[in-house]
Amino acid sequence: MIGSISLEMLLQTIAAGVLIGCTYGLMCVALGLIFGVMRLINFAQGDFLMLGMYFAFSIVTVLGLGQGGLFGGVPAILLCAFLAIPVFFLLGWFIHGTLLRHVGQEQGLSDLEAHQAQLIVTLGLSLVLTNGGLMLFGSTPVSINLPLSSQAWIIAPFGPQDIAVFLNKAQVLAAAVTVVITAGLYFLLNRTKLGRQLRAAADNPIAALYMGIDVTRSYRTTFGLGIALTAVAGVMVATYYPFQPYVGLDFVIIMYAGVVLGGMGSVMGSFWGGLIIGLVQQLSSLVLPLQLQATTVFVVFLAILLIRPRGLFGRAVERA
Amino acid sequence: MFLEDARRQYLVLAGFAATYLVVIALTYNSYYQLMLTLVPIWAVMGLSWNVLSGYSGLVSFGQAVFFGLGAYTVTLLFKEAGITPWIGIPIAAVVGSLAGITIGLITFRLTGHYFALAMLAYPLAMLHVFQWAGLQEVSLPFERQNPLAYMQFADQRWYAVIALVLMILAMLVSIAIERSRFGLSLLSIKQNELAAEAAGINSVAWKLRAIAVSGGMAGGIGGLYAVVLLVVTPDTVFGLHASAQALVVTMFGGVGTVWGPVIGAAVLIPLAETLHAELASKLPGIQGVVYGIAIILVIVKMPHGIVWAVRDRWRKAAPAAAPVTSPSRPATPAVAHAPSDEIILRIKGLSRSFGGVKALNDIDIDVRRGEILGIIGPNGAGKTTLFNVLNGMFPPTAGTRIFAERDLARLRPSGVCALGIGRTFQVVRPFPRMTLLENVVIGAFVRTPNRAEALAIARDMIGRVGLGGFEQRAAGELTNYQLRLMELARALSGKPSLLLLDEPFAGLASTEIEKFLDLIREIRASGTTIVIIEHTMQAMVKLVDRFVVLDHGVVIAQGNPQDVIKDRTVIKAYLGENWA
Repeated sequence: MIGSISLEMLLQTIAAGVLIGCTYGLMCVALGLIFGVMRLINFAQGDFLMLGMYFAFSIVTVLGLGQGGLFGGVPAILLCAFLAIPVFFLLGWFIHGTLLRHVGQEQGLSDLEAHQAQLIVTLGLSLVLTNGGLMLFGSTPVSINLPLSSQAWIIAPFGPQDIAVFLNKAQVLAAAVTVVITAGLYFLLNRTKLGRQLRAAADNPIAALYMGIDVTRSYRTTFGLGIALTAVAGVMVATYYPFQPYVGLDFVIIMYAGVVLGGMGSVMGSFWGGLIIGLVQQLSSLVLPLQLQATTVFVVFLAILLIRPRGLFGRAVERA
Repeated sequence: MFLEDARRQYLVLAGFAATYLVVIALTYNSYYQLMLTLVPIWAVMGLSWNVLSGYSGLVSFGQAVFFGLGAYTVTLLFKEAGITPWIGIPIAAVVGSLAGITIGLITFRLTGHYFALAMLAYPLAMLHVFQWAGLQEVSLPFERQNPLAYMQFADQRWYAVIALVLMILAMLVSIAIERSRFGLSLLSIKQNELAAEAAGINSVAWKLRAIAVSGGMAGGIGGLYAVVLLVVTPDTVFGLHASAQALVVTMFGGVGTVWGPVIGAAVLIPLAETLHAELASKLPGIQGVVYGIAIILVIVKMPHGIVWAVRDRWRKAAPAAAPVTSPSRPATPAVAHAPSDEIILRIKGLSRSFGGVKALNDIDIDVRRGEILGIIGPNGAGKTTLFNVLNGMFPPTAGTRIFAERDLARLRPSGVCALGIGRTFQVVRPFPRMTLLENVVIGAFVRTPNRAEALAIARDMIGRVGLGGFEQRAAGELTNYQLRLMELARALSGKPSLLLLDEPFAGLASTEIEKFLDLIREIRASGTTIVIIEHTMQAMVKLVDRFVVLDHGVVIAQGNPQDVIKDRTVIKAYLGENWA
């Protein structure tokens, strides 16, 4: 079977894998940030992605920016991505302040119990968001039909076999935006005072507290940032992927797989993890039937967990 | 719980079962009959999650993998081979159990979040595999000839009865686990896996048993679920919903309790079903929203679940009586005890590196039977690492450890403990939510599988260290000194012939140290060899027969106390060049 795959197909698949992988990368970075700093397994992450998609959908349809939009709808979608950041940051900030911060240590739970309790809360949140989405948006799949979505750049025939590779414009735009945002986050974490505080709170919350860092506030900021980045990823994915309120489930495992692959706790590692997951998923389509593509992600996921549970870029040591 | 009165538990259970039967008998509406069936089904799922995750603390997001395999086992056996669910459900339980063992063997290398996430992947992978295999929607065939033989009843109430019977069975299994070494081992793993291993609990073996039982329960009840619903789809049985439901009913009702999952299911399932029936047509999704809000509210208000919240309130109303017996110690004749020449532990060429750091470098030490050997050295000398390598927590990079003619190579800490090496920790590692007695009895199970005998040993040891009267106190309420004594009692309960004490005097007052010293001498007098790490030199010089001095992972001196403290290299290691 593998012998029948032409070089052209392989290159095409790799190109698609990298482009899709970049958006996965941003999703993973968002989740990895929340997990890395707060040690919180956020089950509702996929639902915030879904909200980001509907956010873009609403703006594009309400403002009538769809088919007739300027420059193939690029400005419209960039506007959505831009607006999504403050809106969803505030949403995350609000949810952490009203809900998550009151669960766990504040209730006198041990670490393990606090994590379990927070996890159940995010499960509850996920139920509310998914079903709330169903009430608001209905169960019919929708998509944002920008001219971009159906256009492609063709990398001119090259090589002895006249190979041509098509790059979907929506996917290219999504990849570009996600790379820029990820780079911005990298800058924020490594070059600013806020970033130092977040990293300190992640490394050792108690020591950070003694150094005068408001750890609760750091967590709140982290959660807001994580949700904002997820929503941006949602906006970008919405340009090439049809969705309904349950769409979050399609992505949750991909996100976790990427984060684990990159190494839990390593925010930038998560981006590479997501990219690799995108590639693996696309490449598996060359040899496997459609239904088993998702399974490859699980298999990769399990294999990483078992062979190198710290991921490719992670670190963790427990002292006896 | 371990020490609870069994007869009372069985009585309550019997009363509950009888009441539920009456309710079933009096319910004629088929919709309510279905609800009465679904409550025990999801209660069993909760109980199965509880056996694995509630007691051992390994959160499983993938309970649906067993549920789904059970459901498909019953369905496919029935459809393809004509095997009745009466036989299919037990087979489904076996399939679930085997799946549990397989998954456990692969996944127990992981802990914490990693384990939880890995478990999430199994059912979702299965979901896609079953879709790919063309099993999107499989119906159970109708058997008109002999419906009873194929578990097909005209009267829906029989399903509720069967579900109830399975639930009672699962509850009895849970009670048996709680009251035995099994449950206690899982609880101790949850609270402190390292300490549990050092106390002789083979954590992997117990976790495997737990996941086998858990998978069996979920598999069996999945089989019944298929029979009740008559049609199986990958989404309903492998989906995230089924896994989440198991976790949610248990967290809601109370983790680590027999009644928690049952109460959780009894409240949440009817709530969700009623909301669905009343509102789904007008407002699709409203039931999910309300359900989600209910879950959030409970966790915010009662993070341990309903059962614990009620129990805590009840406990507060009736405060436990303070212990009256003053700590006393049976006088043991202090026999003068000369160490023999027999070598009980021979350490040869022992090395251990962490990356490039050689924490231990080619260590040779002989421990003689009956002696008290002190190990001293500056911070970072490798003392605790030596203990960690000795009791199997870290495998050595090179070298051998021969204990009483047995090579300790490749033994887990629990195996080392079972051979007769007990240890305590530099930072006390109690199981804080368990009582003092439960903490100590864990150590006793290394010597005897018998519950009564183990309890007797534990009580005896608690008396010996002078904690008599405190048996029912939660370990979290004890003082540092009491915790040190408790850890000692736990180690002694395994009747070790060699005891490793890691800085037992840290944080103790001088009067407490004096008492502790007497205790250590008594333990030696009763025939236990002792190796002790300690910084308090005055105490050590009075106590030990011999010193070994470590510095930078190397033995720099050994011999009797008077010589060692005058040794120039030792003084240099401690105080620097100027003092030597």
